[in-house]
Amino acid sequence: MSLIAEKKSFGAVLWDYLTTVDHKKIAILYLIAGGIFFIIGGIEAMLIRIQLAVPDNDFVAAGLYNQILTMHGTTMIFLAAMPLLFAFMNAVVPLQIGARDVAFPFLNSLGFWMFFFGGIFLNLSWFMGGAPDAGWTSYASLSIASPGHGIDFYALGLQISGGGTLIAGINFLVTIINMRAPGMTYMRMPLFTWSTFVASALVLFAFPPLTVGLFLMIFDRMFSGNFFNHLLGGNTIIWEHLFWIFGHPEVYILALPAFGIFSEIIPTFARKRLFGYSAMVFATVLIGFLGFMVWAHHMFTTGMGATANAIFAVATMAIAVPTGVKIFNWLLTMWGGNVKFTTPMLYALGFIPSFVAGGVTGVMQASAPLDYQLHDTYFIVAHFHYVIIGGVVFGLLAGLHFYWPLMFNTMLNETLGKITFWLFFIGFHATFFIQHFLGLLGMPRRVFTYGADQGWDLFNLISSYGAIFMAVAVVVLVANIIMTIAKNQPVGRDPWEDGRTLEWAIPQPVPFYNFKQTPLVRGLDTYWIEKQEGNKEGMTYAEPVMDIHMPNNSIIPFIMAFGLFVGAFGALFNGEKAWAVPVLILGLLITFISMGARSLKDDLGYHIHKEDLLNDKGGKH
Amino acid sequence: MANNADTHVKNRTEYEYSRRRSADEMRGQVTTFAIMIFLTLIAFSAVYAGFSAYYVAPIILLLAVVQVVLQLYYFMHMSQKGHETASMFLYTGVLIAFITVLTFLTIIWW
Amino acid sequence: MDLNSKYTPQSWPEHPEQATLEGKNKFVGFWLFLGGETVLFASLFATYLALKNKGPSGMEFTTQGLFELPLVFIMTMLLLTSSLTSVYAMYHMRNYNFKAMQAWLMITVLLGAAFLGFEIYEFNHYVHLGFTYDQSAFSTAFFTLVGTHGLHVLIGLGWIILLMIRNAKRGLNLYNAPKYYVASLYWHFIDVVWVFIFTVVYLMGALE
Repeated sequence: MSLIAEKKSFGAVLWDYLTTVDHKKIAILYLIAGGIFFIIGGIEAMLIRIQLAVPDNDFVAAGLYNQILTMHGTTMIFLAAMPLLFAFMNAVVPLQIGARDVAFPFLNSLGFWMFFFGGIFLNLSWFMGGAPDAGWTSYASLSIASPGHGIDFYALGLQISGGGTLIAGINFLVTIINMRAPGMTYMRMPLFTWSTFVASALVLFAFPPLTVGLFLMIFDRMFSGNFFNHLLGGNTIIWEHLFWIFGHPEVYILALPAFGIFSEIIPTFARKRLFGYSAMVFATVLIGFLGFMVWAHHMFTTGMGATANAIFAVATMAIAVPTGVKIFNWLLTMWGGNVKFTTPMLYALGFIPSFVAGGVTGVMQASAPLDYQLHDTYFIVAHFHYVIIGGVVFGLLAGLHFYWPLMFNTMLNETLGKITFWLFFIGFHATFFIQHFLGLLGMPRRVFTYGADQGWDLFNLISSYGAIFMAVAVVVLVANIIMTIAKNQPVGRDPWEDGRTLEWAIPQPVPFYNFKQTPLVRGLDTYWIEKQEGNKEGMTYAEPVMDIHMPNNSIIPFIMAFGLFVGAFGALFNGEKAWAVPVLILGLLITFISMGARSLKDDLGYHIHKEDLLNDKGGKH
Repeated sequence: MANNADTHVKNRTEYEYSRRRSADEMRGQVTTFAIMIFLTLIAFSAVYAGFSAYYVAPIILLLAVVQVVLQLYYFMHMSQKGHETASMFLYTGVLIAFITVLTFLTIIWW
Repeated sequence: MDLNSKYTPQSWPEHPEQATLEGKNKFVGFWLFLGGETVLFASLFATYLALKNKGPSGMEFTTQGLFELPLVFIMTMLLLTSSLTSVYAMYHMRNYNFKAMQAWLMITVLLGAAFLGFEIYEFNHYVHLGFTYDQSAFSTAFFTLVGTHGLHVLIGLGWIILLMIRNAKRGLNLYNAPKYYVASLYWHFIDVVWVFIFTVVYLMGALE
């Protein structure tokens, strides 16, 4: 069922993807949309580095620089990193746990389209009077004062896409709780599924504070509220707290699935069982839990008081413990293994030292007195890029190479993949390692330029050269993808030859119903066990061939998300244009009427009959 | 598979038993409701009585917690089997909720 | 699933809301959603508590002077009772008594609508006193917290009414039983939030 395999008219394919509720196709949608936003965010990053390459530069003006900087952060976090992780979660998790689909296929589609329209809405700000310019954290003291509509685009766009994320999180949780194959106990779940589970739980609890924070912002800016207006008793610190109650778990929402991807890649290519599986699970859960207790370490300098600073400092340092457990487990998995240096494995090897460096600077900042020195300098910029690129982006690129054959039944070119890796790895360290020192030398973050001869000229230039390496790496990656799609050489099942988990046991291309018969899971690393026992099928089945129930496709999720998109324009221009309120109502009506249509019309799905399954055509389509 | 419910037809005894059990349960619900009304009355009258806020505030908060626990465990059936996942997630939510409110009350002070 | 399969009280499963995989998914998913809603309301409560009685210098509105406790008491009774009536509805659902279930839900809806009517009256009253949404940080936070709860009541009403109309002719089956069940969970959760609103906002606000 891959989009390449079948010859269909473009319109039919488009309609298929607009209406699909199949988790594998939604994964592809997430991959495409997230990839495009990743490129947009990358271009913004390049503009930043060009501007900062030399002192007193006037490549972009100060105001425009603020917009580019804000959109770079917002795009990369909300519209690139998270959707790309959702792409892999969608593609892999149901297959890993032996499920035919996710728990709520309709909501899965709705979640994607809400993310998509939210992202489009946010980026339309470029063409409608200017993008948000208060930083990705959008602190209320800045954002309330910001003229124009940039911040309104930020608040409304993130509200819509955040809703989509929340839906996706609940969907993954229920899928993992309820739809595991027989024998797939919690302690037999592959680590990527575990990290998806914990990250989804973080989404469930972290996004509501963001929702509230964004609503407060929307009310203040568009509907004359006073939450952050200090003249009328408001308090901007409320925004900071709400934002970081969301924002800190968000770091783990990104990092944990990346850890999960590495926990799949390392045992596969070390050809050795993951060392300390249960400790890994425990560490994942603990990181998720502690992730909620530390948000105020972003606010040490707001004057919370020594007691609060001390509590949050200690809690923050505690997170280093389970993270260290994970690092050592990965190292010990490779220890004595027969390591194969494929592209995904290279990323995994590059990830460990890079992420450790980011973690160590994190512990430095957790010490509140030191943070008073480091706060708002380039040291912070260096730190979080080490965590987000060294951890998450390496994970995404590794996952892209690793799971590409699972998603598309063809393999990315390994040579080009390795070139990408080395360019990216070198470029990344060249760009960001030096920024630690820029920070220690006192360069503040978010400035659009700096004076010559402050001792920052050379380091900034080196940093910008490093960014060029990363850009070239991404160009090579895109070329690799285009060539691979053009060649489209099928590789079949288990292309890495050392797949351990259930997703590699499915015949390729993956049938749209995933499993003809539900598998029986007999232990950790199911597929490995079956291979060791010489089972050619790759699976032991838990049931005979029976009718399979499938959900119907639906265009309603698309329309519902579109309604919110329309309504957002109404809210944005409230009190400014005469058509604002009607448009707001119209948009909400579109959403609610389609929601009503959904509940009034029964969606019972359809069955693929046993006979069709047995005649090898695999049912309908 | 996915959507086939088990179609067990209860025999007479089973049916009467399950009927009686849900009737008993419903009586319990009505009792719960009476307690909840009673707790609400105490809370309102404690405020009207005009005692010191230092006594009344913790008491009415406690009454609210008791009432919510009753609502969750009886009206929302959390006391029944099969609610392990539900209660784990709910309590996690409650914990985070508690920390959020606590920090807003303690370290936002100007 | 076959919508046409007819049930008798004898063949109706003990837990109709969890008799199918779809039902189980809805059940677990909805509880998770309620966990998230807990944090959502906690954020609103926290914001309200941080901004309580905060306003421009010389603001005459305080929680002590403003709130009308008798009205709040009536609203509390209405909502508590509606919680019991929806328990009755679920009791009849388990017994496969569709008519009784719809009737109790009807009563629930009426009580909920009465609650909402009082709330609108209350807000209107405050606005007439000059305590408008944009009057102060306190007023904004108050209307946002209590209004969000009111919005939940409104959504709950719409949801239950839609379910009742949609299924009026065809009665109970295993496709709609989970829908009724989660709608009633939602209704109870609204009551849970209200318990904290009347305690923390109104009663503790009235304390000196």
